Amino acid sequence: MAYLFQQILNALQLGSIYALIALGYTMVYGIMTMINFAHGDIFMVGAFLCFVAATVLGLSFIPALLFSMLGCALLGVVIERLAYKPLREAPRVSAVITALGVGLMLEHLTLVFSPYPRHVPALWSSASWHVGGVTLSSLQVLIIVLSVLLMVFLDWLVRRTMLGLAIRAISWDRTVAAIMGVPVDAVISLTFAIGASLGGAAGFLYALAYPVIDPYMGVIVGWKAFIAAVVGGIGNIRGAMLGGFILGAVEILVAAFLPSTYRDLIAFALLFILLICKPYGILGQPRPQKV
Amino acid sequence: MNRHWTIGLLLLAGAALSWAIPRYELLNPYLQATLMYLGINIILATSLNLINGYLGEFSVGHAGFMAVGAYASAILTVMLLPVGAAAWRFPLAIMAGGCAAALTGLVVAIPAFRTRGDYLAIVTLAFAMIVKSALENINAVGGPRGLLGIEGLSTMPWIFAWTVLSVWVIRNFVYSNPGRGVLAIREDEVAAELMGVNTRRVKIRAFMIASFFAGVAGGLFAHLLQFISPRIFDITKTTDILVMVYLGGVGSIGGSIVGASMFTVLQECLRPLGVWRMVIMPLLLVLLMLFRPRGIMGLRDFPWFRPSVECPQRPPETHPS
Amino acid sequence: MKPWFQANNVGHHFGGLSAISGFNLELRSGELVGLIGPNGAGKTTVFNLITGVYRAAEGSIRFQGRELTGLTPWIISGLGIARTFQNIRIFKQLSVLDNVRIAHYRRTHYSLAEALLHLGRYRREERRLTRAAMEILRLLHLESYADETADSLPYGLQRRLEIGRALATGASLLLLDEPAAGMNPSEVGQLMEFIGWIRGQFNLTILLIEHQMRLVTGICERVLVLDFGVTIAEGRPNEIQNNPQVLEAYLGQAEDGGQMTDDGRQT
Ligand SMILES: Nc1ncnc2c1ncn2[C@@H]1O[C@H](COP(=O)(O)OP(=O)(O)OP(=O)(O)O)[C@@H](O)[C@H]1O
Ligand SMILES: [Mg+2]
Repeated sequence: MAYLFQQILNALQLGSIYALIALGYTMVYGIMTMINFAHGDIFMVGAFLCFVAATVLGLSFIPALLFSMLGCALLGVVIERLAYKPLREAPRVSAVITALGVGLMLEHLTLVFSPYPRHVPALWSSASWHVGGVTLSSLQVLIIVLSVLLMVFLDWLVRRTMLGLAIRAISWDRTVAAIMGVPVDAVISLTFAIGASLGGAAGFLYALAYPVIDPYMGVIVGWKAFIAAVVGGIGNIRGAMLGGFILGAVEILVAAFLPSTYRDLIAFALLFILLICKPYGILGQPRPQKV
Repeated sequence: MNRHWTIGLLLLAGAALSWAIPRYELLNPYLQATLMYLGINIILATSLNLINGYLGEFSVGHAGFMAVGAYASAILTVMLLPVGAAAWRFPLAIMAGGCAAALTGLVVAIPAFRTRGDYLAIVTLAFAMIVKSALENINAVGGPRGLLGIEGLSTMPWIFAWTVLSVWVIRNFVYSNPGRGVLAIREDEVAAELMGVNTRRVKIRAFMIASFFAGVAGGLFAHLLQFISPRIFDITKTTDILVMVYLGGVGSIGGSIVGASMFTVLQECLRPLGVWRMVIMPLLLVLLMLFRPRGIMGLRDFPWFRPSVECPQRPPETHPS
Repeated sequence: MKPWFQANNVGHHFGGLSAISGFNLELRSGELVGLIGPNGAGKTTVFNLITGVYRAAEGSIRFQGRELTGLTPWIISGLGIARTFQNIRIFKQLSVLDNVRIAHYRRTHYSLAEALLHLGRYRREERRLTRAAMEILRLLHLESYADETADSLPYGLQRRLEIGRALATGASLLLLDEPAAGMNPSEVGQLMEFIGWIRGQFNLTILLIEHQMRLVTGICERVLVLDFGVTIAEGRPNEIQNNPQVLEAYLGQAEDGGQMTDDGRQT
């Protein structure tokens, strides 16, 4: 029982990181119907910024977190302006392929500067408590709490503010939104910035939780988070969070009760089946098509 | 008629060269290997183009089909078929690899009945990941360490023959009415159905044909590299194939050939740059997408690809209305 | 004697919205019947139900003695029903010729293997269907565009191509959804002639949706008027025009020069 509880805690930790990344995918998809395949690598950059902040700059926890988030936000906006904006009217896959290319560039640029894996020093002197056989580390609690705070904030932002309204207007119809006076370019850039900064935060937290980082770490984690976004129903903010936690739970629980090599196999098989049964994700809905 | 002769002669010359080059060492082994990988890449790009270009879906699972073909054929030559020098052994193994891949293609085609676009992309992605992690869990084929000791049966003439065959068959398909059904689905699925196109059957066919040839390419690849492991067939491999297809131009077989060639050649030319090569390749891709979003060939194809019966026979004078 | 085409008490709804209800229609072979009604009356829905795009929630639709409800669109197409769309849905990036050749899909007599290897019946069949497609293009004066991509055609010719594609399926019942949308009066005149001509040439029965009363009164033998999914009148065009209920339904709508279309709701 304690073992199960421990695993649930681990699942929450991993799930909240997946959820943070999934949010970036979903926000960009929601506003542009575009899969930003570079997002996993933005997450990776976030982890490396954490490393830079901790070693080169010698920042403490909060400034380092902000450094990661702002750095990634900036990166997201630059990518959007240079690589995606010119392709808004092009066929949709062109932007997707461009995103794949940008992601590869990020990976290998990082590889140029960091040819071998790095060890991230602890930015947080973690205490741990033992409660009835369950080990609860303060880092774990921090990751979960911080992620949940960010998600609640985002949910509020999208549901309750003018920015959220503008995002929804653009995702409904970009041209009409522009006519109605929504500053489309600025809102799209801001969306990228928010999504990327969440990715950066995820990278930061990931680097603290699993401190060995390398330039390819964003590939597999990114794809998985993307799948999580789709499972929840891509374009749907709450769906992305749900998908992230589901994926985290499945992975951890499978690894807990079966040989760990089965983790990916079972996680993906479950997702595959889920997608076949609910092709638009758990909370997603197909856009009605009239003939 | 003239055109047929030219193409025939070229193919003959190619076949002769593919035999002569290794026989008389006309090229150094490194260039020979590059040429052989080029052939395999052409098969991969053309077959993926059938899904991503002609059917208009976005499959990111091609490396998964390739893996199935590679493992199936390698298992046959390593474990099942006798080592005797029988000439049918290798083509049989490759065919079997293709068929195994085609069967898994069915698995992906069925979700394609209900979903399109991004959701189907995820299904293919999940499929590829399942294949990879399944292979990692089968110890009989080496698990994560991979399968060693595969014979180097992929010789240049074989690869040449399979490349020509694959391109030819896929070209034949897209220039036939069953193949036009695939294009019609890309353009407008509802209208296609109302024109009598059985969209389910067409999707199954497209996926099975594409995955068959991905499997063939996988088989050739396994017997060229003489070693396969699940990691070889991960997302990065799919990304490479995607790049070839979109570089050349979707919906154009000539484009896939051009894209695969450019990709392979560039990759080798930039090799001296070390890690920077891997920065410059995607940079070139991004620039290409920005300035030519439809790839080098766009939707067009080489005119000589078109079978002559396909062309309309028209009276000499035309009168626009 | 069973009627050639019969829709009996057909109903369909989207969520809570009843798009069509209690719809009855009989067609005799060779008739030309109009279906009119204000925007959102359910006209296109009728077409979607007949062609199997939507499955009718109630009622039955019989064509040449066969029940259509529950059949897939491609089977219905094979039985001889073809249609055009309110907003043109040709295969835009394909050549004009390929647009028409695809319409021969169900009547392509070679196997997949023959297609893959270009062997056996492939050449003969391909030549035959190319010739048949060119013949249709010739009849529609489109043959000089055979190799152009369909979306490079001017609007009027795209409409004509869409009709040509429907004809090429070998249909005997043709459903035209607002064929005159976006046309000027002289083009409408030509279209009326054209519809009359293909009807004779291809032995068609035609059911057409139209907002332009001139076209409806000019060529339809019988007209059905829908409003909010209900049939409110049926009869000869000149009877319909003076029917108070019909005037009522159209009241408040733009006086009909015909631009009641393109409301942007259809995708
Ligand atoms: N796929 C759908 N989902 C939801 N509602 C629909 C759908 N298709 C049609 N409707 C609704 O059903 C009603 C009838 O639509 P329909 O397209 O048949 O009208 P119509 O008579 O063709 O009008 P118009 O002259 O504008 O083309 C309308 O209120 C429309 O909004
Ligand atoms: Mg309508």
